[in-house]
Amino acid sequence: MLNALDKLMLEKVADLHEIPQGAFNIRKNGAGVQRNTTANIDIITKTDKSGIDVIIKPYTKGESVHIPVIVTEENINDVVYNTFEVGEYSDVVIVAGCGIHNSGHHKSQHDGIHTFFVRKGAKLKYVEKHYGQGEGKGQRVLNPKTIIEVEEGAAVELELIQIKGIDQTKRDTEIRLMDNAKLVVTERLLTYQDQEAESNITVELLGVDSSAQIISRSVAQNDSKQVFYFDLIGRNKGRGHIQCDAIIMHNAQVLSTPRISAHHSEAQLVHEAAIGRIESEQLIKLMSLGFSEQEAEDTILNGFLK
Amino acid sequence: MLELQKVSLEIQGDKGFEILKNINLKFYEKKIYVVTGPNGGGKSSLAKIIMGVYNPTSGQILLDEQDITSMSITERARMGIGYAFQSPPRFKGIKVRELLKMAASHNPEKVNICDLLYDVGLCAQDYLNRDVDASLSGGEMKRIEIATVLARNLKIAVFDEPEAGIDLWSFQKLAETFRNIHMKYDTTIILISHQERIMELADEIIIMSSGMVSAQSERDIILAGIMNNDSCACSTKCVKGVGQSAECVG
Repeated sequence: MLNALDKLMLEKVADLHEIPQGAFNIRKNGAGVQRNTTANIDIITKTDKSGIDVIIKPYTKGESVHIPVIVTEENINDVVYNTFEVGEYSDVVIVAGCGIHNSGHHKSQHDGIHTFFVRKGAKLKYVEKHYGQGEGKGQRVLNPKTIIEVEEGAAVELELIQIKGIDQTKRDTEIRLMDNAKLVVTERLLTYQDQEAESNITVELLGVDSSAQIISRSVAQNDSKQVFYFDLIGRNKGRGHIQCDAIIMHNAQVLSTPRISAHHSEAQLVHEAAIGRIESEQLIKLMSLGFSEQEAEDTILNGFLK
Repeated sequence: MLELQKVSLEIQGDKGFEILKNINLKFYEKKIYVVTGPNGGGKSSLAKIIMGVYNPTSGQILLDEQDITSMSITERARMGIGYAFQSPPRFKGIKVRELLKMAASHNPEKVNICDLLYDVGLCAQDYLNRDVDASLSGGEMKRIEIATVLARNLKIAVFDEPEAGIDLWSFQKLAETFRNIHMKYDTTIILISHQERIMELADEIIIMSSGMVSAQSERDIILAGIMNNDSCACSTKCVKGVGQSAECVG
């Protein structure tokens, strides 16, 4: 049974107010607690290691899969391997998120290793939200790894969001795009206090006319540190664009390395990167509408990370 | 009424530079003022000192006889002062709809933000859901900026070069909008502009040069003076063809 804290965590990481409709698998403190499958979406527990296989039948349209993970105890070190088979010409949303509530003094960690096979012509929206809370000194650590193979004509939209309370994260994302495959990655990251976050995204344009767009926005506050490494590799005719923006505040540090590498004469690759403070003109504008300086700052940051 | 009494503004630095020098001005309710004059004359600084972006080095600013000189931008905004930037800032992730709603949030009257866009020559359906970021042109940004000021219930509305970057059709619409506000509300409108068509809206025109008010009078008197005078505002008289020094020779 899920208690009030569990439900709060689910709301934070998966926008779930109730047990979701459709397929889902809820994992709590290292073990599956609730699951539902549908006629088109099956979820099977792996036998060789911890994790699940999510199998979406070809031509499944308009269905969703929620696979939230909640950690509410200290001293948890949970590693999970999930594999997703997104069938040909299906159109689905997968919401994965991890919420850690650590009130203790020992570390709690969850590492989700997710591998996706997005088959020919399929459309996938994958949302991954990370959230942490708890009064204790125990660290909340999340190290996700996401590998996605996008087959011919398939389209993937990725939303990677870490807004609050994760002390340490190292996120690795590797995506390979085949002919005419499309990818949009939206990353949002907020760190504060002495949190550290590292995000490495590698995208390979392998097929003809594939396209990728990576939009990363982050805010680093207090003494936190963020490290980004983006690598867009054009191995065929195709287009790719990386746009990474960071707002830096207080004593924070942001290190951003966008790299584009072309191995084909018709690969068009662009990167844009910017790190800066909140512009004073933006603050003045909102203050001239009657906002206090703090309200203006919050409004700018909320919009930026939306 | 907004009153500036002996207002001066000096930029600190190795070599102090006085941007505004002993400005005395009164802006009355329900009147349109156009502040004009050569570039670098102090017009934008005057606008910023009214909004509280700059604090005067000396002098006082009074709104309805209350001293607001030391008040912050926020306090002045809440008292009913508004300011449309000459170069409005852009906001990543904030939509036109959201920005206009923020602007209208302190207005006790219900504001139709679609009508606001129409008043500045933009179609609501094309713009409401667009981000106020680099995807908008300078002219579009400028019109949205003006709409944020129109959204508010203001005693004093300052527009810094509202016509810049705005096409002819929208310009007519904008002029009509200023006229409508003038007819419907008691707002004091201060327009900083070089455009004759904007000056034609004015009840009074103020000319600023070298940080001082060099003339202030009813529109027709000043306009006639400007039209009949082809001199410039340089410290020495400029005459074409006089400069024979090497730096003038191409």
